[in-house]
Amino acid sequence: MKLAAYIGGLGVLGPGLANWPETAAVLAGRQVYRPAPAVLPTPTILAAAERRRTGPVVKLALGIALQATAQAGEDPATLASVFTSSGGDGQNCHELCHALSLANREVSPTRFANSVHNAPAGYWSIATGAMVESNVLCAFDASFAAGLLEALTQVAVDQVPVLLVAYDSQYPQPMHDKRPLTDAFGVAVVLTPNRRDSSLARIDAALTDLSYDRLTEAALEALRCGCPAARALPLLRLLAERRSGSTILEYLDVSRLEVRIEPCP
Amino acid sequence: MTPLLLKSFTATSCIGQGVTATLEALRQQRSGLAICDFETVDIDTHIGEVPGVDDTRLPHELRQFDCRNNRLAELGLLQDGFYDSVQRSAEHWGRKRIGVFLGTSTAGILQTELAYRERDPLSGALPASFDYGSTHNTFSVADYIRQRCGLQGPAVAVSCACASSAKVFGSARRMIEAGLIDAALVGGVDSLCLTTLYGFHSLQLTSAAPCRPFDVARDGISIGEAAAFALLERVPEENHDAVLLLGIGESSDAYHMSAPHPEGLGARLAMQAALRAAALDPGDIDYINLHGTATPSNDRSESRAVTSVFGPTTPCSSTKGATGHTLGAAGALEAVISAIALRHGLMPGGVHTNDIDPTLTAHYIRVNRPAPLRRVLSNSFGFGGTNCSLIFGRTG
Repeated sequence: MKLAAYIGGLGVLGPGLANWPETAAVLAGRQVYRPAPAVLPTPTILAAAERRRTGPVVKLALGIALQATAQAGEDPATLASVFTSSGGDGQNCHELCHALSLANREVSPTRFANSVHNAPAGYWSIATGAMVESNVLCAFDASFAAGLLEALTQVAVDQVPVLLVAYDSQYPQPMHDKRPLTDAFGVAVVLTPNRRDSSLARIDAALTDLSYDRLTEAALEALRCGCPAARALPLLRLLAERRSGSTILEYLDVSRLEVRIEPCP
Repeated sequence: MTPLLLKSFTATSCIGQGVTATLEALRQQRSGLAICDFETVDIDTHIGEVPGVDDTRLPHELRQFDCRNNRLAELGLLQDGFYDSVQRSAEHWGRKRIGVFLGTSTAGILQTELAYRERDPLSGALPASFDYGSTHNTFSVADYIRQRCGLQGPAVAVSCACASSAKVFGSARRMIEAGLIDAALVGGVDSLCLTTLYGFHSLQLTSAAPCRPFDVARDGISIGEAAAFALLERVPEENHDAVLLLGIGESSDAYHMSAPHPEGLGARLAMQAALRAAALDPGDIDYINLHGTATPSNDRSESRAVTSVFGPTTPCSSTKGATGHTLGAAGALEAVISAIALRHGLMPGGVHTNDIDPTLTAHYIRVNRPAPLRRVLSNSFGFGGTNCSLIFGRTG
């Protein structure tokens, strides 16, 4: 079976990158990359009560998912989803571990409910009313390729459109020393089994043993290495340049993911 | 979906290490729950602790993975010849042709909880010995099992709260059908930690007594821990006396982060999707292993969902009164219990339930029923409104 799909929409948020058009301009060389702390949008799609409880990864994941579904012109409620993240909400995790290290061990129930790795997926389904299946993955530094592989497999096998949402945010100290992610970064992709009017490109993928590609510009390569979700950048560059080509993405130690892009005219 | 073969399977929980001990405990309707004396935890509750986890050692070359969760994974992996079965499969198919899909909710977060107590008083730094990636990170258990078994195929941790290790069957199924792999090591490992004990306590969801699913006086969960694994392959032509995965159904509640849909709408969608995937009618299911956590709202919404799909006569029970709620490992543990039920013709009666809540209309059984079983459905639901139903069946 061919592992293939059509890309209908993209969402990106990261340091100095507010959306996909800005990111595409940087990756295509039309604009100089100027890193600046990532600005996460308020998730206005959530009711006020829920919005108050959300942390940075929920804002990030919902922000990029909305960008991607809007560009694709898809109703979010109808899309199966794959969420993938290396670590989830680092600040929330720190607060819980800190509270548990104190004598009284008073844990906030909201913090605990938000600590599940699938919190962004849960808020997404609550916000959009999506009752279809949603999977939530982690593969440490391989989380982006693992999510892309899962999403493409689902599109190919089940012939359904799938929303891929890959995101990571930082841990505060003292965890930051042990897991030094540089900033929040996320990328969302709408994948459909068949070509549509809105399709941007066709993507084909296969596992390979060959070594993975890096980016030549130091600041962008630092971003790629500094946040697991940014391992998507070589793929995003192909899409930004709107040209046919292939690139090899970092995945597991002995395994990589080769992706080929063919823009839709 | 195309059915898949459970080539081998194993489970380790507080009721027993391995299938034989688990079957014996189910036959005797023995519970493994005991008053909580875990670590320094000071909560009035019962837990399902697996004996012998602390004494388990990882191979020296994988010592960076050492933590309670990976020790439990190691202990579980060595039961029932499961590790050897994986090795035979790896030699047959090739190491790159076997994927690893493991569910966990908290992985080795206990290691971080302990490290936070040992922060440097001046700098606040965590101890040098603390290894985040190999212990705390959600992927650590999948990484450990993959390296321990010498597998080189795709690998991922699925972390959808308490549905995690049911949903791994879905990821594995898709990758086998896509032809990326020939076999999948699936399962779930979740271990006791302070985050879940104090966290569920803060939500007032833990019971002081051993949990009583579907009881009129049920008042919360008992947290347990488990490691359960299965090796999935395509069904060969010769498959006498085999247990098969027949259907998977997944859905989302789209309702609330920590409370189920009151009518069990998401749960109903998952069960109906599993039946569709298996091309079965509700009447084809002989027994349902419920999610049955023993919180008032969970059991109420699950009972409504079950009754809306199956009516009030299909026998069902929760095995969490025996094992406790093993969270991210519950889906895989109860998948193995379903396989045991099929193989040995046993509907396990729910333990610790004295007076069945008369408002719950599902046909809850408290006493073991020996009966030839052909199809069993297992439910797993989690925080964030994530739902997964699995259907297993028997050939021959």
